[in-house]
Amino acid sequence: MAFLFGRKKSANSAKERLQLVLIHDRTDLTPAELDSLKDDLIETISRHIEIDPTAVTINVTLDGRSQRLVADIPLRSVGRRRGREPGRAAG
Amino acid sequence: MTAKVVTVASGKGGVGKTTSVANIAVALASRGQKVTCIDGDIGLRNLDVILGLENRIVYDLVDVIEGRCRLRQAMIRDKRLPELYLIPAAQTRDKTAVSPSDMVRLCDELRQEVDWIIIDSPAGIERGFKNAIAAADRVVVMTNPEVSAVRDADRVIGLLDAEEKGPAALVINRLDPVMVKRGDMLSVEDVLDLLAVELIGIVPEDENVIVASNRGQPLALDGKSKAGQAFQNIARRLMGEQVPFMDLDSQNLFQRLLGRK
Repeated sequence: MAFLFGRKKSANSAKERLQLVLIHDRTDLTPAELDSLKDDLIETISRHIEIDPTAVTINVTLDGRSQRLVADIPLRSVGRRRGREPGRAAG
Repeated sequence: MTAKVVTVASGKGGVGKTTSVANIAVALASRGQKVTCIDGDIGLRNLDVILGLENRIVYDLVDVIEGRCRLRQAMIRDKRLPELYLIPAAQTRDKTAVSPSDMVRLCDELRQEVDWIIIDSPAGIERGFKNAIAAADRVVVMTNPEVSAVRDADRVIGLLDAEEKGPAALVINRLDPVMVKRGDMLSVEDVLDLLAVELIGIVPEDENVIVASNRGQPLALDGKSKAGQAFQNIARRLMGEQVPFMDLDSQNLFQRLLGRK
């Protein structure tokens, strides 16, 4: 019986799955297109400021009947940047 | 007299549009309103059998539009209520026999005669749906607490916004409070979170709906069943009344006393 108790309620699965499906239905944006948008965004922002490309996340979230594109782009701090530059002593 | 035109749509088939149109129309008529309902599902008419008026059809919607009869001749009067009429769909034609502007013209003529025009949209989002919403002042979107019905309702709500027919009013049909409590059915709150529209009705799952359709006597004719009451409440809300949503848990009191969860 334990496996039954461990299972998530099916209504929760329905809601979570619908949240994702509705985002794609409403925006007409496929996961592949979202990835390509993310790559373009990283490239553009990197021209101006140093970021950590592996830590960038981009998502479409529901906000009532409208959708919101939310990007989280961590910046590399100046101190760390210096430290990473070759030929210079760290610190 | 200037009628309000209300279209009931859903995207997905089988969620209860026709049953709702019949019951909302009956409920409005039982409140002294003059109501005409129009079956917009050309080729697959059903509102006539749900209302129990299938043996009285002489002319249909397409006959009116193509000028073979006058509007009045196609309006079948339901004798159980003072002022309830049905304009049936044509059964041997398809949706291309009617255009959105035909529907606007027909409803403009009808608006002078009644208080309410309730249009039953066919499933889908193509021509039949476009015809059904063309003249609408308000669109009621029906859904069930199931993934496919909610997804299709969202598409319809989006299309209504795009056609400037929004904001839609939502009816959640066939809600089973026991399943919701168990966590095996989307709750009203879940559906509203997802669709983010105004709620105008919650209709509980009720086997009386099938019994009523077997007999051709819509539930709202006698307001005893839960579903019948829910449709009466929707009619009152359409009329502008503030009506609290029913406490659906109370119907499980008996089950609770028996110790069921």
